[in-house]
Formats: sequence, structure tokens, C-alpha cells
Amino acid sequence: MTTAPRFAGTYADLAETDRVAGRLYTDPAIFDEEMAKIFYSTWVWVAHESEIPEPGSFKTTYVGQQPVIVNRDRKGGFNTLLNRCRHRGATVCDQSKGKANGFTCPYHNWSYALDGKLRGIPYPEGYEGVVEKGDFPLQKLRTESYAGMIWATFNLDAEPLEDFLGDAVPWIDRFFKQTNGYPVKVTGVHKFRFKGNWKIQLENTTDGYHFPMVHKSWMVSVDTETAEMMSFMNDPEAVTHDLGNGHSIAIMAPENSDLDIDDGAPLQPRFNHLVEELEASGEYTPEQIRRIIRSIHGAGFNLNTFPNVSFSLSFFRVLIPISVDETEIWHMALGMDGGPESVNRERLRIHEHFQGPFGFGSPDDAEGWDRVQLGAAGAPAMPILVNRGLNRETPSAEGWPTSHVTDETGMRGAYAMWKKMMSHD
Amino acid sequence: MTERGLTDVRADSLADPRVLRAVELIWREARTLDEKDYPAWETLFTDDGIYVIPIDPATEDFAASLNLIYDDARMRRMRVERMMQGYSPSAVAAARTIRTISRFTVDEVSDTAVTLTSAQVLVAYKRGATEILGAELTHTITLSDDGDRIALKVVRLLNSEDAVNASGYLL
Repeated sequence: MTTAPRFAGTYADLAETDRVAGRLYTDPAIFDEEMAKIFYSTWVWVAHESEIPEPGSFKTTYVGQQPVIVNRDRKGGFNTLLNRCRHRGATVCDQSKGKANGFTCPYHNWSYALDGKLRGIPYPEGYEGVVEKGDFPLQKLRTESYAGMIWATFNLDAEPLEDFLGDAVPWIDRFFKQTNGYPVKVTGVHKFRFKGNWKIQLENTTDGYHFPMVHKSWMVSVDTETAEMMSFMNDPEAVTHDLGNGHSIAIMAPENSDLDIDDGAPLQPRFNHLVEELEASGEYTPEQIRRIIRSIHGAGFNLNTFPNVSFSLSFFRVLIPISVDETEIWHMALGMDGGPESVNRERLRIHEHFQGPFGFGSPDDAEGWDRVQLGAAGAPAMPILVNRGLNRETPSAEGWPTSHVTDETGMRGAYAMWKKMMSHD
Repeated sequence: MTERGLTDVRADSLADPRVLRAVELIWREARTLDEKDYPAWETLFTDDGIYVIPIDPATEDFAASLNLIYDDARMRRMRVERMMQGYSPSAVAAARTIRTISRFTVDEVSDTAVTLTSAQVLVAYKRGATEILGAELTHTITLSDDGDRIALKVVRLLNSEDAVNASGYLL
């Protein structure tokens, strides 16, 4: 990527430590460079292993604006393949998920194996001495996984995934404690779009400040205990850490930030019916039941990994940039594969209550984000402020810049990574 | 075998007065939703009525699946409260809607309940953008001297598995 910035000034001028220019949301030239310098240069999350459980299982998604297939091959390995026939460019897979022995282009029936190898060309005599099949596989992205989470990158020289995740790794481990030893399973996906730039969503997952205002209608609809769990505005234990590489963690419910540590607090009465059912089944010890119920709301934090996936309380939050002013969001519900069905169902109901286009939370987020995009069109050079909490930000024992969960420490970390990647020619 | 007269009504005919009562309620519900009169809409349901917008186009087991909406009376009460109370920015700025329901077919009919399937075309307008949402509806309407009520409403959106935009209104 050697393209020079197509606007006056440098990215350092547009993204200072405590503010970013409004044009970061609105300038199509900046968006194009973000695709090249971020989404086609670093690790982008594409799937959880439970979405492709068997050899031949696949899903289709996007890395930046480019369509990809993520699948599991016969050896159990994960592949991420550009969904583009090598002949004339048609997509070779049109399903959002499924199981297949390979992929055949609908146009001239060139067919590809699960690992992308070109297997067959109809009427091949016209290609004798012209096309060697070995030279025309589906383009393969580098694919690596950690804890069942699968990332891919077009950049063959990218650092190893775990190095990129860095200090986010132990928090990923903590996040998955909510399935209590059962394998993690994606149990459903809410998808919606908002008319705004992808970074507005990137910021939101580490924006504790908006919660009691934007989500007041959700807060007043839930039981007292759940509302108290999310009442972190004046809780000094609720903090945000900038973990480096653009990743951050916003701890909203500190008592649930490590589910191995039981604070002994009473279980929420709203789940009494589940406790009784699990007790009656005779399949679980009292300790297991307590642990399972304590985990229903998830991990107590939002772990934001740059640039496109957040481990958010009890679900994954994925962003897909569509254009400079449109972004698709996936909220992926999680359950315990083989765990108590009644608890998995309760998790679905909790997810429906807040998430998705008809939830009590997501539509209000989307309204705020749409309004940011509309307003940011005014005075494109006028800064967007990300300076909340600079007056109380200090390094943690681990050396992470740390402030209150309502502060914008995580956003500052994400923009520092953005600036670093965008300034790299 | 008796010959059918011109005025005889087939078992699954829309001309069945019981079916007409159900159609009338469904149309009244549609207008109530377009007018965003959610407290009135809530009263159209039976106490154990279910309102569901599934994601999986094939599922009948809504409890075991993730849905866009899966409301019993308690959730419906909270949803109406949320839509009316003024705390929700998306409800305050909701799109205006107009919906047409037609293509009714009769699935079941008795003296106490009617199940109808229909097609809904909803047009929503907000901030210069017009959006169309197509859906197949299934209503089970209970018939009673105290008033007919919705016992089940299933909204199967054409695009339920893809992005459905959050627009602050109900289907």
C-alpha cells in the first residue's frame, strides 16, 4: 500500500490524542484508505468455530468490503477463501451458511475444493496449454484462531494472531468462563445496519458514558438486581484499560469480571425458576448451579478488539463496514453446547430483550449513531472529543492506561492504533 | 351428493362470518400499529397471547430459537411502556409507517378460533428514506362474546436472516 493520503494534511493532524476530526466519519477517501491500510492489512475476525462445526461446514462474510467463505476442511483446519471465481469473478457461494463438498461457480461451473484448489473446468480443451489448474485456486487468506475465535488477513506478512491480540488474550480467556466448561456455541444472530461510519460502533463498545442515558428505557424495564449490575456510573471499581494494539476492556460489572471468583452475593431472584429446575434435575451440584446462574449475564465486561469484534458481556458484537456512511452490526448470542437447555433459552430471552432491531437497547444505540453521522457532516474539520477522563487516567499495575469505565480511554487507544496503521505507507 | 348453491359458503371461505371477524380485527390491529397507539394495541391480545418475529424462517419452536421479538404479556407490557414513555430515542424518532395486509388464506376455523395467513407490505419513512418490509403473517384469533382477541401473531419477514434495520416501530 503506497498510496499517499488524498487530502491535505496528515493522519496525525486528524487524530490527536484527545480529539479526532469529524471527517474521519464522512470522507470517502479516508474510508478507502482504511480498507487498504486496516481491513486488508491486519487480522479481521470472521467466525467462531461453532458456526462451522463439521468438515465442509461454511459461512460467508466479509473482510472489509471483500466477500469471503470461511470453512472447515476435512483435516479440521479453518480456511478463509475469497468468494470470487478465478475465471470471470462471480461469487462461488451464495449461502450465508451450510455444508458443502466444494464450491462451484454458477456461471461456467469452475469447481473448487474446500481448501480452494481448482478441481474442475468444463470443456477443458480450450485451456490446454493456457490454464494450469494449480495456478488458479481461490485466493486464500491467512487464517488463525484463538479460543475458537477465527481471524483472517490478506496480509501474508502480518504478525502472528496471538501477538496481535497481545494483552487481550487473558481477557478472552476470562470471557469464555461464562460457559462453565461447556464448549461455546453461537445460538443465533441479530443483524442490523445503521447509517453511519464503522468507527462510531467501534467507539460505542467502550463507551460506558452513554449507557444510563441512551438505555434508560431498558434500565427501567429490567429487575432491580440487573439494573444495579449495570449501574456503574459511580462505581470506582468499574474501569477501562487500554490494552494496546487498539484493544481495550471496559469493566462494567467488576463482580463478574472473573467468574471463577465468587463474591458470594445472592443469585438474582429472577432466575429462581431455573435454580429449582436445575436442582430438580439432579444433574448438577449446588456449586455448579450457582456458577451457571452467576454466568447468565456473561462476563461483566466489554472486550473491544481492533478493528471489528467485541466480546460484549454475553455475546459477540461484530462490525462490517459497508461504506463510509453505512455499517452492518451482528450481535451473536452464545450458549453452552451440551449445557442446560433452560439456561441457554434464558440467555436467548436476555439477548432478545436488549439486542437486535427490536430489542430495548440496540435501536436506541442506532438512533444515536445515525445522528452522529448526520451531525458530523457539519464542519468536517471540527473535532470529535475523546478526552473524557484524561484528568484521571493513570497506568494500572500492568502498565495499561486506566480510567473510569465511563471515560474514553479505550477510544483513545483505538484511535492511536488507527493513526499508526493509517500513517504506515 | 348435494349440489352447491351460489350462496353456499366453503369451509375455508373468507365469506365465513367467523373469518370476517378475524380479518376485521387484523385490519384494526394494522391501523393501531400505524397510528402507534400501542396501549390500544396491547389490549387486542389475550392474556396468554404471543407476539413473535422469528429469525429462522422454518422454525415453529420459537422458545428454542433466537427471535427478533418473542413477547408474552409481560414483555409486551414492557415494550408498550418503552414505546410510550419517551426515554427511548428510537421510539421518539420512529419512522412513520403505512401497511397493507391482504392475500388472506384460512388455515383453521372453528366457533372459538380462527387462524389466518396473510401477506403484509409495510412502507416506512424516516429522514428522507423510504423502506419496504415484506412479511407473511399468521394470526390466531380467539372469538368470544367478550371481544375477539389475538392469541398468536407470527411475523415472518422476508429478510429475517439478514440485516433488519432498527427503526423504532412494530410490525
